[in-house]
Amino acid sequence: MEDILLKVDNLHAGIEGKEILKGINLTVRPGEVHAIMGPNGSGKSTLSGVLAGDPKFNVTEGSAMLHGVDLLALSPEDRSHEGLFLSFQYPVEIPGVSMVNFMRAALNAKRKYFNEEPLSAGEFLKLMRQKREIVELDNKLASRSVNEGFSGGEKKRNEIFQMAVLEPRLSILDETDSGLDIDALRIVAGGVNRLRTERNATIVITHYQRLLDYIRPDFVHILYKGRIVYSGGPELALELEEKGYDWIKQQVDNQ
Amino acid sequence: MANDNRQTTFDNADQGSEALRNVTQNEYKYGFVSDIDSDIIPRGLNEDVIRLISSKKGEPDWLLDFRLKAFRHWQTLEMPTWAHLKIPEIDYQAISYYAAPKKKDAPKSLDEVDPKLIDTFNRLGIPLEEQKALSGMAVDAVMDSVSVKTTHREKLAELGVIFCSFSEAVKDYPDLVRRYLGKVVSYRDNFFAALNSAVFSDGSFVYIPKGVRCPMELSTYFRINASGTGQFERTLIVADDDSYVSYLEGCTAPMRDENQLHAAIVEIIVEERAEVKYSTVQNWYAGDSEGKGGVYNFVTKRGLCRGDYSKLSWTQVETGSAITWKYPGCILAGEGSVGEFYSVAVTNNYQQADTGTKMIHIGKNSRSTIVSKGISAGHSENSYRGLVSVAPGASGVRNHTQCDSLLLSSTCGAHTFPYIDVKNETAVVEHEATTSKISEDQLFYCNQRGIPTEEAVALIVNGYAKEVMNKLPMEFAVEAQKLLSITLEGSVG
Repeated sequence: MEDILLKVDNLHAGIEGKEILKGINLTVRPGEVHAIMGPNGSGKSTLSGVLAGDPKFNVTEGSAMLHGVDLLALSPEDRSHEGLFLSFQYPVEIPGVSMVNFMRAALNAKRKYFNEEPLSAGEFLKLMRQKREIVELDNKLASRSVNEGFSGGEKKRNEIFQMAVLEPRLSILDETDSGLDIDALRIVAGGVNRLRTERNATIVITHYQRLLDYIRPDFVHILYKGRIVYSGGPELALELEEKGYDWIKQQVDNQ
Repeated sequence: MANDNRQTTFDNADQGSEALRNVTQNEYKYGFVSDIDSDIIPRGLNEDVIRLISSKKGEPDWLLDFRLKAFRHWQTLEMPTWAHLKIPEIDYQAISYYAAPKKKDAPKSLDEVDPKLIDTFNRLGIPLEEQKALSGMAVDAVMDSVSVKTTHREKLAELGVIFCSFSEAVKDYPDLVRRYLGKVVSYRDNFFAALNSAVFSDGSFVYIPKGVRCPMELSTYFRINASGTGQFERTLIVADDDSYVSYLEGCTAPMRDENQLHAAIVEIIVEERAEVKYSTVQNWYAGDSEGKGGVYNFVTKRGLCRGDYSKLSWTQVETGSAITWKYPGCILAGEGSVGEFYSVAVTNNYQQADTGTKMIHIGKNSRSTIVSKGISAGHSENSYRGLVSVAPGASGVRNHTQCDSLLLSSTCGAHTFPYIDVKNETAVVEHEATTSKISEDQLFYCNQRGIPTEEAVALIVNGYAKEVMNKLPMEFAVEAQKLLSITLEGSVG
């Protein structure tokens, strides 16, 4: 049990009475990178939303445990404190709230959860400076309002920056490659790789093989119609890139 | 006269209003009552009452005449009904128009002030002892109808700055008071101005001499304590040529089931190249979550930028009061004079606010900026009402108005009533308006990063209001930020 970070068991969930996830099983161990791929509408973003506790979705069956803690029983903020991080596909803008204030609120909320004193302004700014370098985010971005007026690439770098500050146990990157040019992709992937340790793990949700050239997965899962229908090693992603999703769809639909 | 009258109510702004509700049922921490022996005159209003008030204060005849003229005029008026407010009928005969903490003579030093009074202001965070008094701020503390104590007076006097209670000003500087009283807000101005002119009891008087930059913030703290009374104070600020002053007012009242009336007047005169910054943090008791009790805040505030290149800046953070009716304005008579209005008005539960500004451009090349940020929650109604007028002879006028509304519930209302009246074709008048709400996505984003919903709402609201909050003096900014968060506690789900 100790070496299982995330255990998802027969997870069913949906939105407004419509079932989208129809029995997901997934086991992630520390140090691993899992890629979840699949055609549009297969439930990839629903899975990340459900694990993070997005109130839009209802869980109808199954369980999800993060290092032995029942994720589904926790509020979204407590899931965050317990080490779950979601890099959003579409990070929202929060006008007037500076990144510095935002991250300070986030970090101090986490410290409070673990009965730790809030960081002093000096310590906090030093931490911000260190973490910023990981994704080559310049100082000006950090003083701007959360995501406001950021380019697509800046938003994604900003997500990874937040991940660096919060040091999660499990990071879920939801379509982090969408809207990125090749340089931004390299920077973002470089940041993710620098943050990898033996203790944490990453789930990369993506459409394309491209990102996986930069973030090497240990496992690749294919999600289709709310189920993981195929799992394999990194070579599976290459196969998908070559053959598309049709052969999988056919296989599943003929069953 | 262009009259753009738009109304916005959102039916779909219900955002898990449960959490919002939790946040709004907060405690009003200034709701205590001090047990102070008070001299309260019987309820009711007639000429005898006015003579009584005037004699209690030992006023000269000209001031009594002023009051009586105002009273006679008031009797001919009816309460205005044009505001977007539902005001229950007010029985003006059921109010006591004068309540003063009892004292033998005017206290010579703080030792003679009732310790309970000092304690009251200590509890409000306003120490009156000189040695404890905030060093960068001089305070005039007004309890019910009278000024209790003004700090740092001697230090200011060295520079020729006069800062004292209105009553003292009438005694010590009668010529100054007589010259300026009612010159910006005439007793004929409106119903509440006439009422105030008839019964006003105290307030603050400020005079900044030529060329003096007032070295500290001047501040008046208004406290209603006695029940069954109204508070009617007047503030008069005169900034002579090339002077500068920053002035703050704060106000609180006990929690009571009854509604209490507060009808104040603020008059400001700004001479050549002088600058006045007037900041308000209004936190009168707002009534309970059912809308019971609370202060009616019907205030007339206006400044006359008489001198060329003079400047007047109003900043207000309005979080309290059951009903707010106020439009701090600038008469921009001087050439190149500048008027500014920065406002955050928050309404929650059953609060109502109809507030905004008037920018009257008379001087050539006069400029004005209006930034209004309304935040509505619960069942509240929040209206911006503003007038920008440009006189025929005022060439080269510029105005920019930005008027934003943030909705936190599906049962609140946000309304905008901008009036623009331009009689000179060289004027450039701009009006921008937005309406928004806190989205589920924003809240979830904050939650995912570990920030609980209530804190997220406070963060987002303060971000929204930042442009205005930044205009507040440092001493008040932090307090005002907290106040915003508290007022909206429990208002988003």
